[in-house]
Amino acid sequence: MQLKSAMNGSTLVIRVADDRIDAAGAIQFKERMRDLIQVPCDRVILDLSNVHFLDSSGLGAVVAVMKLLAPDRKLELACLTPTVEKVFRLTRMDSIFTIHPALAEGLRNAG
Amino acid sequence: MPDEPRNLAILDEDVQFVITSGADAVRQGLNRALGVPPLSLLSREDRSTAEIVLAEVFNNIVEHAYAGRDGSIRVWLSLDDCGLTCRIEDEGRPMPGGQAPAGRPPEPQDLPEGGFGWHLIRSLSTGLSYQRVGAVNRLCFSLPAERSGA
Repeated sequence: MQLKSAMNGSTLVIRVADDRIDAAGAIQFKERMRDLIQVPCDRVILDLSNVHFLDSSGLGAVVAVMKLLAPDRKLELACLTPTVEKVFRLTRMDSIFTIHPALAEGLRNAG
Repeated sequence: MPDEPRNLAILDEDVQFVITSGADAVRQGLNRALGVPPLSLLSREDRSTAEIVLAEVFNNIVEHAYAGRDGSIRVWLSLDDCGLTCRIEDEGRPMPGGQAPAGRPPEPQDLPEGGFGWHLIRSLSTGLSYQRVGAVNRLCFSLPAERSGA
């Protein structure tokens, strides 16, 4: 599970380089994220522009990361592709996250 | 060519493909299936729906039916004017209570990390039925397949 992180001011942006967060990779995703979020930051934005598929295991892993960051920091999502957006919408979990259509917009506006 | 199923059931048609149970094998098998007919003939939207439902069904078989044991997942997919008919068989444990779960979605405010799978399966499919036939779990359902304008 490849994740690339960079600081943008006090915002930690993590881009998922893998094209899926699924049952085969969900645990590694959670573990890598747990390491990456150790840095001091006010916000964490997860850039999913490269992720074309996410199943219920992947969704659960994203929620788990959100709970790791709480209560001090929020997990925001950016650039959901169609299938990923569908899974978040059908489960109504899109109501739980701040979702930015584009990363630039996410960096401009605090969630 | 797919491997022969280990337990020979009497099949009335050729098995479409077989996936070895396991998260990585499911990922690879699903990826291969999406690239060939009938899944490759679907619209992008319908192919996305099929990928979601099949992934959830296969993952359930790996995690719950086989629960880490070796086993195979046999898949038949048939595309016609009514849609995409799917039949999935495995030789794992039967579904609890002899029924496919209702799939009531967890409440988002509870920040659930699981329990989404059957809700996704049931919301996106129609005509879902589960049967235990001897030592075999058989799950049948239909998925949308919009007609290609003929």
